[in-house]
Amino acid sequence: MLAYAVRRVLYTIPVLLGVALLVFLLFNTVGEDPVRVALGRHATAQSIAELRAQWGLDKPVPLQFLDFLGQIVTFDYGVSFNSGEKLSKLFTQGAAVSLWLTVPPFVVGFVVNIAFGLLVAYYRGSFFDRFSTAILIMTMSISYLVYIIGFQYFLGYRLELFPVSGYEPGFEGLKYLLLPWLIILTVTAGEDVRMYRTMFLDETQADYVRTARAKGLSEPAVLVRHVLKNAMIPIVTYTMVAIPFLLMGAFLMERYFSLPGVGDLMISSINSGDFPVLKGLTMVLAIAYSAMVLLTDLIYAWVDPRVSLR
Amino acid sequence: MTEPTISQPIEHVSPLRRGLRQLMRRRIVQFSLVVLALYVLVALLGIVGLLPDYQERVGTGYQPPSFDGGIAVILGTDVFGRSVLYKILAGTRTAMLIGAMVPLIAVPIGVSLGAIAGFYGGKIDAFIVWLFSVISSLPYILIVLAISFVLGKGMVAICVAMGLVGWVGLCRLVRAELIKHREREYVLAARLLGASDAVLIFKHILPNVLHVAIITASLQVLGAIKSEVILTYLGVGIQDGSSWGTMISDASGELVQSIWWPLAGVVTAMFFVIYALNVLGDALRDALDPKLLDR
Repeated sequence: MLAYAVRRVLYTIPVLLGVALLVFLLFNTVGEDPVRVALGRHATAQSIAELRAQWGLDKPVPLQFLDFLGQIVTFDYGVSFNSGEKLSKLFTQGAAVSLWLTVPPFVVGFVVNIAFGLLVAYYRGSFFDRFSTAILIMTMSISYLVYIIGFQYFLGYRLELFPVSGYEPGFEGLKYLLLPWLIILTVTAGEDVRMYRTMFLDETQADYVRTARAKGLSEPAVLVRHVLKNAMIPIVTYTMVAIPFLLMGAFLMERYFSLPGVGDLMISSINSGDFPVLKGLTMVLAIAYSAMVLLTDLIYAWVDPRVSLR
Repeated sequence: MTEPTISQPIEHVSPLRRGLRQLMRRRIVQFSLVVLALYVLVALLGIVGLLPDYQERVGTGYQPPSFDGGIAVILGTDVFGRSVLYKILAGTRTAMLIGAMVPLIAVPIGVSLGAIAGFYGGKIDAFIVWLFSVISSLPYILIVLAISFVLGKGMVAICVAMGLVGWVGLCRLVRAELIKHREREYVLAARLLGASDAVLIFKHILPNVLHVAIITASLQVLGAIKSEVILTYLGVGIQDGSSWGTMISDASGELVQSIWWPLAGVVTAMFFVIYALNVLGDALRDALDPKLLDR
């Protein structure tokens, strides 16, 4: 286990180096000239040269890459071109909003969808099972954007149950998040419930289930006491993979409801050519993502001892 | 004692074919295939240029749906008086093209890299694993946005971008399958008979893992059509207005003016094809996944 953990931790270093190289190539060499995007068409030659020097783009390419690696190690990506704020401040502000947006529906959805998945698995093959499968596939057949537009129009604008859009920091702001939460829950339900149902049904074929039934356990007891516990391994894997994306918030949702989260920050820095923010943000998100994947693998190895032997 | 009778030779049916046969008997699957065929037909008509011009004005702006003005205004008109129906048809062509192009890029890359990694192992494997770990560490939408900016906005860019990101999951699955298969007896037997590596991979092993590619491809078609809407809304998708994404993006402002028909039309059009693809994807998985075959 320890040997596996050490090897696994060390493995993130080459991966992060690769990510840094890819981000660098995308932004510094292949992409459009960031200085021109930021300054627009009417920039003078002098202002272009100044900004280029400020961002270190006048140096040779290998040196630029070394600079970038230095930025990653020191967590200092410079200041935003638009607001002059440090990236670390912008990022923590944005991450708070994004996490407020995504974590509550994630937790609620986890519990509700697993419970519903168990229920459907219990009634497998019945009319209820087929009916709910049909409804869930229908909910999966409508675009995310349509849910946002439709829910905002009917529940926010027509029925006036929720504010149409807006954002305030702190507890006052929670009322603006209710509608996005509801939309996230609705959009994710279809896929999650069906995934959990499949995982439970995979388990019901196993020998231990037959044994449990043979010793006279009732079907609900078999499902909750045995199937649910064993299905937790695939469920945890499936769920942990989604956690890194919580930080990114829901790009679309933040954009539509003007919530100042990480996704919104990223898209507005793309549109305005805010080179330092864009590069830094991508790298920070990639590091956070790799850390979560690492954590998933370690937890997985800890839960299931067979992993470390492979 | 009765004479033992020699039974008729059992017709050999491969699990793949047996699964597909079972699948075709289900009515919802037949329905979905018909729906998909209709959309593909519309797309083919669009490609050879037989669809009516969606840019043409067929009436006044924001005309509600009616049966009086002929087929062009049957679903109403948009802000410029263009036919909603014609726009939906043009969008169908775009959606089907995207749905076809993304797996066409992603599946060959994913299958071949996965097969090479899993079959050879060692340094090549380590490199390919590193490559997909790097790509999957970056936020998906950011890579798509970045590639679209490099290639210029538009349909080709988002297809290439989604294709270049989309091979990762498939590569991982194919690699795992190859590792399982490469030590099996049938591979060893073929190797002893002198089969080359290419023959071993393509003729002997890949047919056994083909179901993974088919299922992934069917999911990618669906994912690509849905992603187009979101990318177009975020500003990197289709620029000329001939897409469902453009229509849905426009609809958010129209709805508060009680102009519901463009949205209703495009949501209905999209619903049927995504529903059909969902059903077909599920049915394919039921039919082809060996784990589920004997249920």
